[in-house]
Amino acid sequence: MSATEMSKLDLLLQEATEIESDAYQDARRQMAVCNACRYCEGYCAVFPAMAARREFEKADLTHLANLCHNCKGCYHACQYAPPHAFGINIPATFATIRQESYAEFAWPSGMGRLFERNGTLVAGAATLFVTLALVLTVLIRDPAVLFSAQTGTGAFFRIIPLWLINLLAGGSFGFAVVAMAMGAIRYWRGTGGMGGSFQPQPAVDAAVDVLTLRNLGGGGHGCNDLDDSFAQHRRWLHQAMFFGFMLCFAATSTGAIYHHVFGWRSPHDFLSLPVQFGTWGGVLLCIGTAGLLWVKTVTDPAPVARKLMGGEYALLGLLFLIGSTGLLLLVVRHTGAMGIMLALHFGLVLALFVVLPYSKMVHGIYRSIALLRNAREKRPA
Amino acid sequence: MPDFARIYDVLVVGGGNAALCAAITARRAGASVILCEVSPPPLRGGNSRHTRNLRALHPGPTQVLTDSYLEEEYWDDLNRVTGGKTNEELARMCIRASQHAPDFLASCGVVFQPSLSGTLSLSRTNAFFLGGGKALVNALYREAAKLGIVTLTDTEVQHIQVEEGHATEAVISHCGFPQRIRFKALVAACGGFQANRNWLREYWGDAADNFQIRGTPYAQGVVLKDLLAQGVQQVGDPTQFHAVANDARAPMEDGGLAMRLDCVPFSLVVNRNVERFYDEGEDVWPKRYAIWGRLIAQQPGQIALAVTDSKAVMNFLPSVYPPYKANSIAEIAAMAGFDAAKLEKVVADFNAAVRPGTFKPMVPDDCTTEGLVPPKSHWARRIDTPPYYAYPLRPGITFTFLGLKVNEKARVLMADGKPSANMFASGEIMSGNILGQGYLAGFGMTLGTVFGRLAGEEAARHVRN
Repeated sequence: MSATEMSKLDLLLQEATEIESDAYQDARRQMAVCNACRYCEGYCAVFPAMAARREFEKADLTHLANLCHNCKGCYHACQYAPPHAFGINIPATFATIRQESYAEFAWPSGMGRLFERNGTLVAGAATLFVTLALVLTVLIRDPAVLFSAQTGTGAFFRIIPLWLINLLAGGSFGFAVVAMAMGAIRYWRGTGGMGGSFQPQPAVDAAVDVLTLRNLGGGGHGCNDLDDSFAQHRRWLHQAMFFGFMLCFAATSTGAIYHHVFGWRSPHDFLSLPVQFGTWGGVLLCIGTAGLLWVKTVTDPAPVARKLMGGEYALLGLLFLIGSTGLLLLVVRHTGAMGIMLALHFGLVLALFVVLPYSKMVHGIYRSIALLRNAREKRPA
Repeated sequence: MPDFARIYDVLVVGGGNAALCAAITARRAGASVILCEVSPPPLRGGNSRHTRNLRALHPGPTQVLTDSYLEEEYWDDLNRVTGGKTNEELARMCIRASQHAPDFLASCGVVFQPSLSGTLSLSRTNAFFLGGGKALVNALYREAAKLGIVTLTDTEVQHIQVEEGHATEAVISHCGFPQRIRFKALVAACGGFQANRNWLREYWGDAADNFQIRGTPYAQGVVLKDLLAQGVQQVGDPTQFHAVANDARAPMEDGGLAMRLDCVPFSLVVNRNVERFYDEGEDVWPKRYAIWGRLIAQQPGQIALAVTDSKAVMNFLPSVYPPYKANSIAEIAAMAGFDAAKLEKVVADFNAAVRPGTFKPMVPDDCTTEGLVPPKSHWARRIDTPPYYAYPLRPGITFTFLGLKVNEKARVLMADGKPSANMFASGEIMSGNILGQGYLAGFGMTLGTVFGRLAGEEAARHVRN
């Protein structure tokens, strides 16, 4: 192959990546119908944001798709939903675009393809890291130590040394933070940037939207979680999961502060902050993830992008396992089962950290940015 | 499988708002109710699926309605759009009862919202359903299920056995299988005949081929024709209907609301011969949109073209299909297949007739023409700022007014003027009792709710006695 042929091929390849996917093209067609109809304006932020536009560039569609909370109100209310020829199905189409945008803005660039077969990736990572943690623990540790009840200061670190925890967890989490920050910057630019000075009010509006999940309220009376009836299951379950996750994070952070600042070594008392945060966080995380798995299983499948279900199930499953093994660790921490449980829990957490920037977890970042952009659009400077 | 052996108290024919309001009311009054909807489940609800609001009398602000809207103003509005072709007694009864329609629907789980955007500013007079008519229909079906109403979809009522004004039995096709339903009272709430093109051809000839049926393709008028043939009194002019200016590129059936074009008051509209034929700016669009379908239906080829320019293009909701857009009137004409020289002349004549004024898009302003026939009474601004835009228009038929004559209790009247023993009607199938011609935005759902409730109540009362 000659050099010019090579460059022609490169050009073709480049062109191919610039051609919009079916989901984007279909979303543009659907937006033309929605923007002439506007019956859904009362449901969520997406439709007023749509009504402010007449043209739908790729960046607009990416923004609207990430603004969508998948409440499905618009699908069940749609006079043009399948089997109507217009076949309007915003929740499924926007979910597909969201996934494509996660892949497009993932950092480093090539890693976006990890969003294909994401369920396999997440489940595979979980299996791999759990296995590694178990095998290494068994290999490194004297079985006499591993299976005997460990008590007193530093019990956990006799199973897995602190330096190893710090290296693996800190390293993978640090990388995840950098990768997700890069993704956030790329997403912000890719959906139109928007200069101007920082204004506090839109940021506050967006923060309230994020923390209250206002857009999962369906305009006040709830979403179509399961079918065309209204409920707030997903909103409350997601809140349980989110704040549970945050409490678990707080548990780890306070634990680290105890260790490094005050020199207080784990295991801590049940009533200590790290254990309290972790316990309630774990409980909420389990309730939230189990509940969301239930909703996903029984919901009307029509407005669901089936291709993405694998990744969503796998991530919810992983979070549930992290929550439940954390709680079990608390229960068995003074017994001989602690060692294995610790390895199990640590392996799962490590898996989460590793897949973090290449899993549905990134939706929180892009959704928050979309809400910020939306708040800024509503309050022009 | 429903029990076809038993005798139901009430059979409700139809599955839209008028039918469900009747079924729910009858069931709440203690009657056993079976409802037959011809469409498959995803398309259930008849034309209600495409609706958005209902017009309701209210003496003061409510959660979803601003200010007040009293009987006299409502009656004036209705009287004006129908050109006096209405039944004042029935109309006023309906208007008074409309005050309670939103609360009734809310009791069935329907959620209302304040009107947020769009160019039809109706938040004073009309209560909007959150999510639109399909969300309303979903709520009513959920309520029906909760109450234990037997609800059949994919079920066509083909014939009602009527003997001396008394209906006894229905011949139906249930999921493609022939069945019979026996009942004590009948509520006919299955819409007009607008989707029956052959029936339309009886009055409109070949023009009917160019009518776009905006709503449900299931409105074939089967029960309407059947009952009229068995001595029920007919009401309404068979050529009258609710019809709007639709995008000529819309599907011929079920294109729904999004196909309508609101550009008329801000445009010039010409027919195929490139002649204007009606005052585009006669009144605010909510009071005029429903006459334009008929106006276009009466033009040669049932086609028209609305022409405007870049000044006006943001004054109305966008179209689903992109407008014809060009930098000259001649190019626009070529794109639309209209005579370029003639269109240039029409626009030039119009521009010369435009008088200066202050443009106010939401109210009748003082931008008008002088010496132009027909005039453009409001929103007349020169079409002179490229790019120019044009939209092809066809008649979009919503529902026909020919129907069953009813009394103030929603009871069907027989040809001899006597009330039927056990037949009631609600919704579009009896709209001709009040709508002799013309239409008032949101009145169809008011009619369906008010007469649906009445029909359900009276049917249940008949069964009890």
